[in-house]
Formats: sequence, structure tokens, C-alpha cells
Amino acid sequence: MTQRSTVSFPGRGALESTGKLFALGADVVRLTFKRPFQVREFIQQGWFIAGVSILPAMLVSIPFGAVVSLQLGQVVNQLGAASFTGAVSVLAIIQQASPIVCALIVAGAAGAAICADIGARTIREEIDAMEVLGVSAVHRLVVPRVLACTLVALLLNGVVSVVGVLGGYFFNIILQGGTPGAYLASFSALAQLPDLWISEIKAALFGFLAGVVACYRGLNPPPGPKGVGDAVNQSVVITFLLLFFVNFILTAVYLTVVPPKTG
Amino acid sequence: MGAEVIVEGLTKSFGNQTIWRDVTLTLPPGEVSALLGPSGTGKSVFLKSMIGLLKPDRGKCIINGIDIVSCSESELYEVRKLFGVLFQDGALFGSMTLYDNVAFPLREHTKMSETEIRRNVLEKLEMTGLAGAEKKLPGEISGGMRKRAGLARALVLEPEIILVDEPDSGLDPVRTTYISQLFLDVNAQIDATFLIVTHNINLARTVPDNIGMLFRKELVMFGPREVLLTSDEPVVKQFLNGRMDGPIGMSEEKDSATLAAERAMFEAGHHAGGVEEITGVPKQMQPTPGLPPRKGDKRRTDRVMRMLHELPPKAQEAIIESLTEEQKQFYGVRSPAVAAANAAPAAAGKQASQPRPQPPGPGGDQPGVQRGQLPPEQVARIPENRWSPYPPGREPRPPQGQGGLR
Repeated sequence: MTQRSTVSFPGRGALESTGKLFALGADVVRLTFKRPFQVREFIQQGWFIAGVSILPAMLVSIPFGAVVSLQLGQVVNQLGAASFTGAVSVLAIIQQASPIVCALIVAGAAGAAICADIGARTIREEIDAMEVLGVSAVHRLVVPRVLACTLVALLLNGVVSVVGVLGGYFFNIILQGGTPGAYLASFSALAQLPDLWISEIKAALFGFLAGVVACYRGLNPPPGPKGVGDAVNQSVVITFLLLFFVNFILTAVYLTVVPPKTG
Repeated sequence: MGAEVIVEGLTKSFGNQTIWRDVTLTLPPGEVSALLGPSGTGKSVFLKSMIGLLKPDRGKCIINGIDIVSCSESELYEVRKLFGVLFQDGALFGSMTLYDNVAFPLREHTKMSETEIRRNVLEKLEMTGLAGAEKKLPGEISGGMRKRAGLARALVLEPEIILVDEPDSGLDPVRTTYISQLFLDVNAQIDATFLIVTHNINLARTVPDNIGMLFRKELVMFGPREVLLTSDEPVVKQFLNGRMDGPIGMSEEKDSATLAAERAMFEAGHHAGGVEEITGVPKQMQPTPGLPPRKGDKRRTDRVMRMLHELPPKAQEAIIESLTEEQKQFYGVRSPAVAAANAAPAAAGKQASQPRPQPPGPGGDQPGVQRGQLPPEQVARIPENRWSPYPPGREPRPPQGQGGLR
């Protein structure tokens, strides 16, 4: 009846893990709407994630904006389109850099902490105990954490965009001798509102991914205390890989669906 | 009253490695059962399979008519509310105080007010001897206290089935006995079905009503405690005595060559371990005086007496030995030694309290003393109870002639 197939082939483990990861993602979505929602846990986790990620995110985004600005400024100057520096850097930061930075920070700082927390609970049999008490660990622990990751990534995206653009502005004006007026005026030359939307969508999706991957690895750690360490490590690496892949897909789809602004 | 757990043909493997196969047993309601076995035979895995934390490959585990193995997720969460599980280390939630830990199931599953929760939690903490420690975090207390707190949390929903994973690990012998006493007291008070997984011999000999043993990926036996404790199986004897001499080896079972080599070594004078030969059936621990008697104990005696004729002779002897005089009268069993010494006065004195007085039959002119063959309707029957596997009026004939029990 429940006889499991024992056919083994190369890559079976990877396929199984992928399947379970998606199943957990689906469970999270399903159980999000199950009452009662764990408000307390959600707020605590959200606060925690925001606390550990705001400062690093800002510190990363300033040089990031600066680098984009400097690099582009150089190229754009050679092409003789110096007045477009602002437009290009705002597009690059909002559409690409900011969601990625958010996700990297959320995965690296918050995801690692979540994975370690849940992993430790798993090996101490706390998760089992909770399941045995008739409480779904996914509903009780995973859903609030994943939603907190998603929300914080979404909000963080705003912060990172602003700080990144300010950083770019500062470096362009001070170091490259750009004109403040031209920089600001060209903001809306290429960028449009859908760019902001896709940026926020990306950030939310990346946050969700980071949360699900962290929780998945935490719930299924390799055996032993060392296993938890490995799980944390893997969760961060897996999130990064997924991140860039999903980013590529989203960008490709976005560029096809939303026509670039001309004029 | 506790729920009955029926396990049928349960098999579990990890990858290609079979942990155990075709385990079939029934945990009788309200009784305390123990599962023994050398380390690494999958006792804990069995426990986890019973509550659906691990998915067995095949087989059934039926509780209140619901098969844990194949039921839906929501059914599973419902059934789990009947369970209280005590994990090895207590498995308390590290971020909550003891009070919150014990209150957790109540807050999740009941609509109780905080005052009711408080009363309940404090009662359970009191019961497990943790009064006054409710503000402590699990990290701040000893292993024994964590275990007891885990038990308090397992008890708070008034479970029908309590599973205990190695109650003795990390506890000294005295504390192990105290916690065993606690199990029996709890059993007497709420009549829950217990399954204790252990390899502590003292506990196994004195606490459970029924004992099973896992070895070589199979359930070697499961039955009334007397059966295993009087068994002549080499593996059981070796396990009970904790000796090297026998089929259980350091890692896996031994092959015959190793066995022979060791045998020769022990015969040459090498100490095989163990202190003294452990035989016989010690008296079972009882609930603390003042508590109600265990209802499971009464049901078990009925059940065991019904299946008495199927048991090995040594076990039969031990069971009869363990009966009180009144029980012997009640079940119509005559202890040969006692009967010979004071048959007439004892029988005459007890006749008034005999539940089913028997009319003097053709075989016995003294009341209560029978000789020879009795007509079937005069052979004492155990009283009807609702676990009788036979419809009324169709009980199998009990073995005739009490002499056969010797």
C-alpha cells in the first residue's frame, strides 16, 4: 500500500530534496491562511530579521550604488551620454541590485539564524515533540518565519533602493564631477513605475525563497550537531544559487512583458 | 480508559537497510507494556513510527479505528492528541519556561481560560514533583527534572496512550525507580495505555504488565511479563543478565564461529560479565498506597487467565504464583502447595467471599476442592468482560483439571 519504490538512479536524492522543498513552499502558502495565525511569533521574527539585516543592508548598498555609479559613469561618459548617468544607475540599482542585496542579506543574516534555530530544535527533538502534541511545526514555526522574511525583504528593498541611489548620487557628483541637476532630471528618462513593481516583487519572492530554504534545511539537517552547521551553510548557498537563477528568469520575463521606456 | 493500539505487520527500512519487519502486537488498553531490545534495534524508530513521525514501509497501526500509517494529515493531528510522548531528553521547548512548556498543549488545543490552565499546569507540575520550578528554563535544570517536566507536558492533555522513550537514560537507579513509580501512579489515576521503550533490566522486570523484545530485526516475543521473564530463549536470558555469553554481540548479532570462540573463552575462565544469574519473576511495583488500584491490572489478570492455557508451563506457574489467595479462588485456580497444607479451613473460610460459589459436584465432597474431571459447566470461568474475544456463550472450554497447570 505504502510500499515505496526503491529504484535508485543518479540525482534521485537531489530530485527528492527539490520536491520536498517545493512541497514545503506549498505547505507554507496553504497554512498561511489557516487560523489561528501566529501573530506573536510573526512580529517577533520580523523584528529580529529587521534588526539583523537593516544595518548590513545599508552598509552594503552604499558601496554598491557607488560602484554602479562609478562604472557606468565611466562608460556613459565615453559614449558622450553623461547626462544619462542618473537614469542608468537608478535603473540598475532599483531593478537588479537592490532586490539581490536584500535577499543576500536576508538569507545570509536572517536565513542562517533561522536555519540554525530550527535545526537545533530538530535535533533536540523539539519539532517531533511539537508534532506529537498535535501542533503542526510548519504552521506554528515555519509560516511566521517565512512571512517575516518576505515582509522584511520587501521593506528592506525600499531602504536599500533609496540608500543605493543616494550613494550613487554622492559618488557621481563628488568624485566624478557630475551635475546634480542632470543626475536628478534623468531619473525618469529611462526608469518607469513597473521597474519599482518588479523590484518589490523580486524582493518579496527572494525573501520568501530565503525563508523556505532556511526552514527546509533546518527541518531536515544531516545527522548530529555538526549537521546543523552544515545545514546552515547549505541553506545560504542554496538560497544564493536559487536567487540568481530566479532573478534571471524574472528579469527575462519582465523585459519581454514590459516594453522599455523610449523617450 | 486508555485506547488500544493494534500494530499489524509493521515494517520499516532506511534505504536498503531493514530496521525491523512484520512487527505485530497489541497494546492492551490501560496496561503498561515495555519494549526491550539491544541498542540499535530500532526501538525508538518503532516508537516514532507508532505516532506517525516516521512513515513505515508497510503494515498498520490502528488506534481507535484509525490507521496511523495511511490516514490523512488532519486525521493524524487529531489522533496525536490522544498521545502523550516522553522523549529521551524531555524535548522541552528551550525558549519557554517550564510553566509555558506544560501550558503549551492546553493553549494550542483547548479554549481554557488562563486560570484553568494555571490550575491544570500547577497540578501536573506538583504531580511530577516540580512545584516551585515553573519559572525555570529547560537549560537551567537537571536531566531528571527535564524528564519529569516532559512527562508533565505529556500528561497535561490527559492522553489515552503514553509512549516513553528510555526513561532511565541519564538517570541514576534511584531516580529511575522514582520515575517508574510515577508511571504506575499515573496509570492508576488516568488508566492510560503505556509503552515504555527501555533497556533497563530492573525497570523491565518490575514495572510493566507486558514485555516485548526486538532482536534480529524482529519482535522476538510480546506477552505477559511472566512469559519473557521465565523464557529460556538464549537471547532473552543473555539480555536480562547483561552477559557477553549469548547471541547478542557488540555491534550486530554474532555468527556461529564467533559464538563458539567466545564460548571456549568463557569456559576457560574468562568473565562473561553479569553479576548473578537473574531468574524468576520479581513482584511487580504497585501504585503508591492511597491511590486507586490500577484498573489495567485487573483487566490484565482477566486477560492473562483467559489465555493461561496457551502460555508456556513456566509462565503459567509464575502467573499462578503471583495471584493472591482471593484471586485464586475467583479464577478457580488451586495452588497445590497451599491447598495441601490448609485446604479445608482455607476453603471453608473463603467460601463466603467466593464470587461464584460452586455447588458440590460429583468430584468434590469438600467445598472448593475438586478432584478429577468436572463437567464443563462446573469449571470456574473468568467473569465476563468486554474484551472477551468470544461472543457470550461461546467461550472455549477452559483446560480441564487444575492439575494440568502445574
